Amino acid sequence: MKSAKPIGSIIFSILKYAALVLAAIVSLVPVSVCVLTAFKTNDEYASTSVLTLPNSFAYFENFKVAMEKANMLRGFLNTGLVLVVVLAVSVFTGAMLAYVLNRITFPGRGLIENLFLFASLLPGIAMQVTIYQIMYQFHLINHLYGYMIVLMGTDIISIYIYLQFFENLPVSLDESAIMDGCTYFGVFFRILFPLLKPAIMTSLLLKGVSVYNEYYASNLYLQTPQLKTISTALYTFTGPYGNRYNYICAGVIITIVPILIFFLIFQKQIYSGMTAGAVKG
Amino acid sequence: MSESKAKNLEVKTPFRTWIRSRKIQKRLLIFSFMFLPLFLLLVFTYIPFVKMIQFSFYDMKYLGTRTYVGLKNYIEVFQRPEIFGSLLVSLYYMGGALIQLALALFFATLMVFKVKGEAVFKGAMFFPYLICGIAVGFIFKFFYARGYVLDSILQAFGMRLEDIPMWLQDKSVNNPALVATSIWRYTGQNMILFLGAMMSVDSELYEAAALDGANKWHLFRYIILPSIKSIIVLNLILSISGSLSAFEPPYVITNGQMGTGTYFVIMNRLAHENQKVGLACAMALILLAIIIVCTIAQKLFFKYVFDDGTSDESKAAVRRRKKAEKEQKKLMRNGGVIS
Repeated sequence: MKSAKPIGSIIFSILKYAALVLAAIVSLVPVSVCVLTAFKTNDEYASTSVLTLPNSFAYFENFKVAMEKANMLRGFLNTGLVLVVVLAVSVFTGAMLAYVLNRITFPGRGLIENLFLFASLLPGIAMQVTIYQIMYQFHLINHLYGYMIVLMGTDIISIYIYLQFFENLPVSLDESAIMDGCTYFGVFFRILFPLLKPAIMTSLLLKGVSVYNEYYASNLYLQTPQLKTISTALYTFTGPYGNRYNYICAGVIITIVPILIFFLIFQKQIYSGMTAGAVKG
Repeated sequence: MSESKAKNLEVKTPFRTWIRSRKIQKRLLIFSFMFLPLFLLLVFTYIPFVKMIQFSFYDMKYLGTRTYVGLKNYIEVFQRPEIFGSLLVSLYYMGGALIQLALALFFATLMVFKVKGEAVFKGAMFFPYLICGIAVGFIFKFFYARGYVLDSILQAFGMRLEDIPMWLQDKSVNNPALVATSIWRYTGQNMILFLGAMMSVDSELYEAAALDGANKWHLFRYIILPSIKSIIVLNLILSISGSLSAFEPPYVITNGQMGTGTYFVIMNRLAHENQKVGLACAMALILLAIIIVCTIAQKLFFKYVFDDGTSDESKAAVRRRKKAEKEQKKLMRNGGVIS
C-alpha cells in the first residue's frame, strides 16, 4: 500500500504537467501563428505553410502597411486620450459615490444603492439601442467627449470595487478625524482617499483593459475615420484587406503588444483584481 | 493687512458657522459627491431603460413617425425564424460555458497542488482574456480559414484536406467552432476566479488532510469543492444569461452568416441595420426578463440549498455569501418595484 503511493503520485505529476502543457499550447498557438505570419513577405505568405517560420523576424513592412491602412496611430492617440480622461474621472466619481453610500446615512440611500445594483443587470449592448437615440438628440455622436461620457456613464464595476473596499476600512478612522474637527470633505480627501490606493489600482486595471478593448460603443458613436479607436481601427481590416492575413496579423499583433507589456508588468495585481471584482461577476 | 484680514473673518463668520454645521456639510457632501454619478446613471441607464419599455410597443425607426402596435413586437420575437434560430444557437454557447467551467475547475485544481512554472501556465492560459474581442475575432478567422492554421495542423497530423470540414461555412461545425473561441478566451479568467476562491482555504487544512491519509480526490471532494461551490453555482447561472449575450465571436468572424447569429447579433442587425427599433427593444426586454429570472433562481438557490450547510465553508466564503445574499435580497425588492 505504502509503496504504491509514490508511483501514483508520479503518474499524477506526469498527467498534471501533460495537461498543463497542452493547455498552454492551445492558448498560445493561435496567437503565435499570427506572429509568424506578421513577419512574412507577400511572396512567403502566398507560398509557404502558415506553420513555417518566416525568413526573417526583421521584416517590418506588414506592420508599416497595417499602421497606415488602418490608421492605427490615430487609433492609439484616440484610445489613449479616452483612457486618460475616463480613468481619471471614474476614479473620483466611483470613490466619492462609494464614500457617500458607505459612510453617510441619509434617506434614500438604500434606493440609490439598489438603482446601481439593478443597473448592473441590464444587458449592455441591448441598452445601446435607446442610448443611441439619446446620444443623437444631445448631438454627442461623432465627438470623442460623447464617447467618453458614455463610457463613464456605464461604469458600475468600479463603484463596486470601492464599496467593497470601504466596507473593510474601519469607521473609527472617520470618527476620530471628525472629532478633531475635520470636515466630511476633509475626511474623504485627506484620510480615506490615500488609503484607497489598492482599490484605485484594481479599478484602474480592470477599467483600463475594458476601455482599451471596447468596440461596440466606439463603433456606434465614433463613425468618422479621424475618430477611430484602436479596436475600430483594427476592424477596418474586414473590408478590402479581408484576405491579406499577413497585414491583418500585423495589425492584431500591434494591438496586442501594449496589452502584453501591461500584463507582464501588472500580472499579480490583475489576478487579485479579478478575484476582488468577482463578487459582482 | 491684518486689519482687512480681521474684517474679512468677521464678514465670513456667519457663512463659516453655517458651512461648519454638520447638517449643512452633510447635505453639501451628498449633493456634490453624488450629482455626477447619479446624473450619468439617470441619463445612460434609467432614461434609456424607460424609453426601451416605451419603444417596445411601437413600430418605429430612429427618425420619423411611430405607430403604436401593442404587443405585436413581443409576439414577433417568438415568431421570427431568425430569432428562434438564435435561441438554438445560444444552446451551443450554454454547452460551451459548461465545458469552460469544467476546464477552469480542472486546471484551477491542478494549480492548487504545487506546480513548477505556475506563473507561466497561469499567464499563458489567462492572457487570451485580455486580448480585445476584435483581435480575437481576426485571430480565429485566420485560424479557421480554409487551408490556414487549423487545417495545416490537422494535415500535419495526417488528415487530408478533403476530409476536413469548412469550419466557418459548414453548418454542422461552425457554431461549435465559434463557441470554442469563447472557451479559449474565458477559461483562463474563470480559472483565476476559482483559484482565488480555493486559495482562501487555509493551507493548513490541506496539510492536515494529507497527514490523515487523504488522497487527491478526497482533497478535491471535501476541501476544495466546498470552498468554491458558491462561485461555481454563480457562474453556472451567469452562463445562461451570458450565452444569450454572446456577441463578438459571431459578429467579427462570420458576421452572423450561415446560421451563426446569436441573440445579440440578430438584435444588433435589427436595431442598427434594419432600424426595427421597436422589435429590438422588445428583444432586449425579453432578455432582461430572462436575466431577472436567473438572478431570482440564484437567490433562491443560495437561500435554500446552501442554507446552514456552512460548516465546511471557509469563514471568508460565508461572509461573502452572506453579503451576496443581502445584496440579492435588496435587489429583488427593488427589481420588483421597477419591473
